[in-house]
Amino acid sequence: MSNYRLKLDKNRCIHCKACEVHCKSKNNTPIGIKLGVHTSSLPVMKDGKPFMKASYQCCYHCEDPACVDVCPTEAMKRRESDGIVYVIQDECIGCEACIEACPWHIPTFNKETNTVLKCDFCMDRVDAGLKPACVTACTTHALSFTEK
Amino acid sequence: MATDKSVYSVCGMCSVRCPILVEKRDGEAAWIQGNPHSALKGGLCARGAAGIALEKDPERPATPLIRVGARGEGKWREASWDEALDYVADKLKAITAEHGNRSVLWSDRGGPFVDLHQAFMRGIGSPNYCNHDASCARNVQHAAQSVLGMGRKMVSYDFRNAKHIILQTRNILEAINVAECNAVMDALGKGCKLSVIDIRANVSASKADNFFMVRPGTDYAFNLAVINELVTKKLYQAAYVEKYVGGMEELTAFIAPYTAAWAAEETGIPAERIVAFAQELAEAAPNVIWHPGWMVARYNDSFNVCRTAYIINALLGSVGVKGGLPLVNTPKDVGKKGLTKLVDLFPKPEEKRADGVGWKHPQFDGGPGLVNLAYDAIATGDPYPIKAYLCFRHDPLMAMPDPEAQKKKWENLDLLVSITFSWSDTAWHSDVVLPMSTYLSRESILASKSGPKPQFFVRHRAMQPTLNTKADWEILCGLAARLAGSHPGMERLAFKSIEEIWDYQLQNTGLTMQDFAAKGFVELVEAPVVREVESFPTPSGKLEMDSGKWGKAGIDTLKPYVSPAKPQQGMFRIAFGRVGVHTQGHTVNNPLLHEQMPENVAWINTSRAEELGIADGDLVEVLSGGKPAGTMRAFVTECIHPEALFMVHGFGHKLPVESRAIGKGVADQELMAGGLEVWDRSGGGLSLQEHFVAIRKA
Repeated sequence: MSNYRLKLDKNRCIHCKACEVHCKSKNNTPIGIKLGVHTSSLPVMKDGKPFMKASYQCCYHCEDPACVDVCPTEAMKRRESDGIVYVIQDECIGCEACIEACPWHIPTFNKETNTVLKCDFCMDRVDAGLKPACVTACTTHALSFTEK
Repeated sequence: MATDKSVYSVCGMCSVRCPILVEKRDGEAAWIQGNPHSALKGGLCARGAAGIALEKDPERPATPLIRVGARGEGKWREASWDEALDYVADKLKAITAEHGNRSVLWSDRGGPFVDLHQAFMRGIGSPNYCNHDASCARNVQHAAQSVLGMGRKMVSYDFRNAKHIILQTRNILEAINVAECNAVMDALGKGCKLSVIDIRANVSASKADNFFMVRPGTDYAFNLAVINELVTKKLYQAAYVEKYVGGMEELTAFIAPYTAAWAAEETGIPAERIVAFAQELAEAAPNVIWHPGWMVARYNDSFNVCRTAYIINALLGSVGVKGGLPLVNTPKDVGKKGLTKLVDLFPKPEEKRADGVGWKHPQFDGGPGLVNLAYDAIATGDPYPIKAYLCFRHDPLMAMPDPEAQKKKWENLDLLVSITFSWSDTAWHSDVVLPMSTYLSRESILASKSGPKPQFFVRHRAMQPTLNTKADWEILCGLAARLAGSHPGMERLAFKSIEEIWDYQLQNTGLTMQDFAAKGFVELVEAPVVREVESFPTPSGKLEMDSGKWGKAGIDTLKPYVSPAKPQQGMFRIAFGRVGVHTQGHTVNNPLLHEQMPENVAWINTSRAEELGIADGDLVEVLSGGKPAGTMRAFVTECIHPEALFMVHGFGHKLPVESRAIGKGVADQELMAGGLEVWDRSGGGLSLQEHFVAIRKA
């Protein structure tokens, strides 16, 4: 796993989907591709009270990532300094081996560029001492990003 | 990150106008977050996050357009800005020469930047400035004036220090104001209780300690029973009531029949729950906020629902109190000079308003009027003809009920202009479309915000416009320059640059634009000021349980309860509301927000769906007045009252220029036949939920 922990406080989450849209806006991802997925649903009645589930999932940034192992061009990398797993777009040939190898099929194929996209915790922001876009701009600050 | 200098600005996706920080790259807006120096601390909702997608979307008016076919036919010719502004100015000159200056009507969406619009209308010499509020907050505004003697925005909500928050007609976690959401979530994290009274379990209800699913249209009954409990069991704040509240005897006599047992029959909420709830409120007093509502154009008694909310706050001693509803401060209240107003460039027109506000309806607030009543003046010429109508960032055909009836009332107009950054039904029906730059590519006039810490704030241009659009001030000052000959004095509004306008506004404040550089806003006082209340600006000086001003106008503010109509066999009361990812109609075609939620669904109670043989996810046809009005998917759920059919407002677009939104979902305003004539005479708001529909499996 990476040095970081991205966590959703379900009590504070208001299901507004800003996390997804901030991610898309910052990373300029095409329609249909989400690097971070907020799972929510319309409410259900549970013991006479309305209930909504909430979770936010992006890449797990595994300690020993299968996606990195199978990448034929070494476009998929794990950064030694902090464990962030990322794709070098210029070196990706779009073979999708990483998508198959990932137990959760988290990397996503981008038809517009014929390359694979995945969450890199907004590495450029992390390197500038900032937090990922989804965390910085979460409407109610329900998402947190901490070093383990 | 190779970024250019970031820009502090103000969001424009909804009517909240949150402070933002726009990161730039290569001269363009690259990412938006909430202004980190503000209470948002970087947070910004999904709509705000999608602002760049709006700027880059070519599916909005790209250049000025002049209609060449019939109204609404969609046949246009493209025009240069000079030609379009000349065209509108020439029409206005001819219309005002023939019918007088008062024949011009304006409507917008209200908000902090309307000084410029009001100045333009004063420069023309027309009293007919309106905003959208007849279909939004008029009832609560007038309720505030009838109880507190001042407008609803003259009190704030100190959520962070509250011990119990009650939401009724305010879905605070879905009709998102980012700062408010954070304050509420902070309060809940500290143990504040939340109670939600609604016909539907929304996101706010999913966080509630108490959720009361009332029968649609019975909020007034619920509130009367709470008042009955507070008064008869002496659960109110006696010392506060003694000092600040007037009309307790009248109130006590009035509420006697409205017991919790009586309300249980009306609302469907067991009497013991109402009794226990009143007790909880008393325990939290005075740190209680019973939110009086925001979008309250719902029922024929919505004014009284809002009034009783204020009355409950008064009984619990929370008005003017920390942890309750403290009074806000204007610049003057903290010893500072306000911005110089653009309206002060012109004298106030002496004509009576065409909508009758201020003379036919003396109790109503003159500011934004009741635009639906001004439409009657277009149709009938009574009290005088209205011949030109300018819609600014306002889409009445989607915001107000019964668009076909509106179009009919507008037939006598010689000029209908839309100033808009997105396509809308109203723009499509207009004679001229003047495309406005998005909030990312325009500046706005300086604005002030009253509050515990009053401030001035500024919207800067974060990038140049992508399409051939102009800023609001460029359009109105451009028209002012062209009208200077026909409307003496109008040249005063023909500013050449936004800097000139800002300098004019700041002239008495001792501030310069440099003072806005560090944070994007200037706070006029260092720490929040909670002002001690001496008396209230009502006729009696007290919080009026029975309003003197409304009484003088012949309106009973202790109005006996009337039970709402039950839907006939097989019918539903139409209900509508908000969702976090969209804001009214204009975001439905935004690529990123459309991806989040492409269409609305019909919420139907499980028992009713079973009766009709409808399963979750089925396509259903909605019928209004017996006629099919559109199809949508059913969401079959226990989370809505059986009498209601709910949908999110803003869908059902029909314009061919909006490829994503077209044909998705149903438009609730089209289900309200005759709805322009159904409004609350005490409060002025339209009664958008006093309409019934049927559904059948498609």
